[in-house]
Amino acid sequence: MRITEHPILEFSPGREVEFLFEGRPLRGREGEPIAAALHAAGVRVLRTSVGGRPRGLFCAIGNCSSCYMIVDGTPNVRTCVEPLRPGMVVRIQHGLGESQ
Amino acid sequence: MNLPSIAIIGGGPAGLCAALALAGRGHRSLLIDRQHVLGGQLIKQTHRFFGSRDERAGRRGIDIGRDLAAELAAGDLVTVWLNSTAIGYYQDDNSLVIEQAGGRLAVIQPAYLILATGAAERAFAFAGNDLPGVYGAGAVQTLMNVYGIRPGERAVMIGAGNIGLIVAYQLLQAGVEVAAVLEAGSSVGGYWVHAAKLARAGVPIMTSHTITAALGDQSVQAVHAARLDGDWQPIRGTGFELECDLVCLAVGLSPLVELAILAGCRTAYVPELGGYVPWHDHESRTSLAHVYVAGDAAGIEEASSAMIEGTLAGLAVANAIAPWPGYADEREAAQRRLAALRDGPTAAKTRAGLAALAATATPASGGERG
Amino acid sequence: MSESKKGLASLGIPEPSDVAALLPGQARLAAGPVAIIECFQEIPCDPCSAACPQGAISPFAHVCDLPEVDHGLCNGCGVCVARCPGLAIFVVDLSGDGPTGTVQIPYEYLPLPQVGEEVWAVDRHGAVLGPAKVISSRRPRAFDRTALVTFELPRQQVMAARGLRLKRTCSQERGGGDHA
Repeated sequence: MRITEHPILEFSPGREVEFLFEGRPLRGREGEPIAAALHAAGVRVLRTSVGGRPRGLFCAIGNCSSCYMIVDGTPNVRTCVEPLRPGMVVRIQHGLGESQ
Repeated sequence: MNLPSIAIIGGGPAGLCAALALAGRGHRSLLIDRQHVLGGQLIKQTHRFFGSRDERAGRRGIDIGRDLAAELAAGDLVTVWLNSTAIGYYQDDNSLVIEQAGGRLAVIQPAYLILATGAAERAFAFAGNDLPGVYGAGAVQTLMNVYGIRPGERAVMIGAGNIGLIVAYQLLQAGVEVAAVLEAGSSVGGYWVHAAKLARAGVPIMTSHTITAALGDQSVQAVHAARLDGDWQPIRGTGFELECDLVCLAVGLSPLVELAILAGCRTAYVPELGGYVPWHDHESRTSLAHVYVAGDAAGIEEASSAMIEGTLAGLAVANAIAPWPGYADEREAAQRRLAALRDGPTAAKTRAGLAALAATATPASGGERG
Repeated sequence: MSESKKGLASLGIPEPSDVAALLPGQARLAAGPVAIIECFQEIPCDPCSAACPQGAISPFAHVCDLPEVDHGLCNGCGVCVARCPGLAIFVVDLSGDGPTGTVQIPYEYLPLPQVGEEVWAVDRHGAVLGPAKVISSRRPRAFDRTALVTFELPRQQVMAARGLRLKRTCSQERGGGDHA
């Protein structure tokens, strides 16, 4: 969910763009981290561990590896820092991920 | 391209002040930051800062970050590389490798290196700690304050240090309910005024309590918590459940010291400073004559101390290159301001950590090389 | 809960006895609005002194000192309330003969309470004291996004009331989000 009114901050997000998540079209703001766009759309499960456990963000700043997803065929993309571009194809990474 | 011979890794308060101090002495520097904007952690800090006028007390962190970046931009002595991550350092030929957009690598050989790489959030283990919805407190700040995303509806904050207390308040400001702040210690670790704000807002702060499990199927739906005994162990029969969809861990920071280690700087494990820190002297110089460290990378403290440490590092490098008679006075003035910040009862742990660091083995004469 | 009365040492929440030690005398309280700085911890912080237009807060000898207020010089203007990084300063007004007094608090939430609005006054633990009426609510640019909200309530609650909870629910706010 996006914050529209804040007592201290004003937000000026980029233009709205469409991207694909698991084949579904979603909307986000150009340039925001992919994980932020997914969060705004209610998606928190970003990948699954080798053991099949659901994983999402942890640090949101590129330090850990919790948010890895497959973006445009490339695995292990840190979606907490990778900027969203129109038409991106984003997929849940299951386990270690392979180039596609 | 004629790059500056002084490279500063990290554009947060320490790195920014190092660049400004160098520019003040007429030295060019290359400021490298992996984010898309300068400011480091300042870009998330919506609250007013403490400290004294010299540290811009009373100004909101977000504005301090912008002020510093604007001061930088007003001159022409600082080259800024954003979206650039220093990923390696090779001692044999003093090569710093930087990954930039599109995977492009740049290799530079700085004559001086100032490491202002900050710190990373700690996690700790409990059942379900890997569930989506269990986030570092800084992550929650980033989502809310940088990207305008409400990270959940109802949060439980783990840790009542300054970060836990401040982020809990920021959650309220973002329209998120805070069900409780759980602090394992018997008292809050952060400033009393931060806790008092939360208490007025009706947020329970439960000391001697911790989370024992995060519960949920695909993401957090509740936590299990319990009271702790004098040995930090959960007391049987005191467990209870709190419904929530967000668990924020504010359990400490660890300095990011990988580059210092790669460079061959001597490090020491100092728990009071957050973990491994590069040994450094009163001029922020590490065991390597050309490598300096400032800010949280030198030991976990506050932004106000990071700013002064960055200034000290910048002044020291400037003096190493081109000594000037006023250096000692400027350095001592900055060190006095730093000491004043560290003088009160709330900085006892920092003072203990710095003393422990000073007591570790100092380098053999001649310094350490690769 | 039993946790709630542990006060300053463990929870950072001042108890009435902590506050009593820094109150001005009855004569000053009866004379008009005056600032109460509920700052008890020696942290490095000194902007309040420079903020006061009346010079009522002494310059700090050391950045970790606690503020010293000359209540005689203080006129209750509220600038310090907005400037304190800890949001720890409040202006109370017990002047007049009526049954009510007022409390001015710093406020950094949305929605902003409106003049005339009925709210719940809460104490330092967030417990509801009773109804109160907002008589002033302002957020000038000079206060850098900290609003000052003044509410009126029974005199005997003035020294305890340090926050407010909105009665109305707002679609933007979550449950528990409309409080201060």
